[in-house]
Amino acid sequence: MLSQIIYALPFLAQGFAVTLWVSLLVVVLSLIAGVLMGVGLVYGPAPLRWAVRIFSDTIRGIPILVLIFFVYYGLPAVGLHLESFWAAVLALTLFKTAQVVEYLRGAVGSIPKGQSEAAMAIGLTFRQRLAYVIFPQAFRRFLPPWINGVTDAVKGSALVSLLGITDLMQAINQVIGRTYEAMPLYLLGALVYFAVNYALSLASRRLERRFSFIRE
Amino acid sequence: MGYTLNFNLIWRHFDKLWGGLLLSLELAVISIAIGIVIGLLLAVWYVSAGRAVRTVIAGYVEFIRNVPLILLVYLVFYGLPTVVDIAYSAQTSFIATLSLYSGAYLVEVFRSGLEAVPRGQLDAGKAIGLTPWQRLLHVRLPTMLRITLPALSNTFISLFKDTSVASVISVPELTYGAQWINFNTFRIVEVYLVVTAMYLLTGYALLFALRLVERRFKAAR
Repeated sequence: MLSQIIYALPFLAQGFAVTLWVSLLVVVLSLIAGVLMGVGLVYGPAPLRWAVRIFSDTIRGIPILVLIFFVYYGLPAVGLHLESFWAAVLALTLFKTAQVVEYLRGAVGSIPKGQSEAAMAIGLTFRQRLAYVIFPQAFRRFLPPWINGVTDAVKGSALVSLLGITDLMQAINQVIGRTYEAMPLYLLGALVYFAVNYALSLASRRLERRFSFIRE
Repeated sequence: MGYTLNFNLIWRHFDKLWGGLLLSLELAVISIAIGIVIGLLLAVWYVSAGRAVRTVIAGYVEFIRNVPLILLVYLVFYGLPTVVDIAYSAQTSFIATLSLYSGAYLVEVFRSGLEAVPRGQLDAGKAIGLTPWQRLLHVRLPTMLRITLPALSNTFISLFKDTSVASVISVPELTYGAQWINFNTFRIVEVYLVVTAMYLLTGYALLFALRLVERRFKAAR
């Protein structure tokens, strides 16, 4: 039994690499999209604000699994053919983007209005205000929840196994199909996910404590 | 584009979606009910226990929170029966999983709620001669519940969405109904549009109703 699992380790490691790759792509892409849309939500003209609000509330209101199936099965119907890997990354990114939008809105919203007004008074342009006044202050509010939210991306990535992508979850299921060692393999998988996510949540907590000495 | 929306087949099989939605709600309600019991017991135990018990409870909470739900669902349904002599339906197994899952989140919610109860209230309870049990039951828990009500409704709504994971072990809830129609009629875009609307409407209706409940309890003070 143990030898079978040891024999499967390289295969499981490959699956784990896919899990990390999917998570990394989702985290980076959603950070870019989420910050842009979040700025649109806070500072944009009304139609843009509504669009982002509707996007975020819709995405956060449905199960991530439904979103994955919708994107995977639905896109070809409207003429867009994506590989299952990229369909999964797209769906997870949409989901995570909505979260990043909310983190950003919360962080920027916590900066006192006077800061913006003072920056305006000394003649800074909109971009300068964001870059030199708002973002540096909002950063410490944004970072801890965002890092903590990275665990959601890692956990969510396990759902890509349902599209036949051989991530860690799917690799575990395949090895179980061969060896029938369900319990040890699920526990091993749980341990790996746990190690990654627990490290991330510890980092988030540590940052939060580090930033907590700063008071307005 | 070459794709025309046609909802006829969706309406013909709508009972699959409607029944699925009701089952999703049922799964969420049962699981949060059991989860609240687990969460309350462990939170009360946690705040009054020694280091060893605290470590065990924290271990349970951290384990559940850091592992994907889908893995927990597989582990309980496919894994557990291979080492323990139990047999259960997919639905029972999913309820067990989601209960343990929500329990772990609620321990955290209730624990921070208990710690947020002002010290003065407990002292006042002691001063009028309440026993420790009475202080817990009549002072600490009611105040804590009022504090945690918003977090409780959020947990419930996210559990409602999490029930979609039950589809991976063929529990016929809403997402499973969507896949059934997807595979049998190929009206893919339509079925996911309808299901998205169903999740959204139900979720926001729940949110609205729970916020009303919260306001009522706040007004009582």
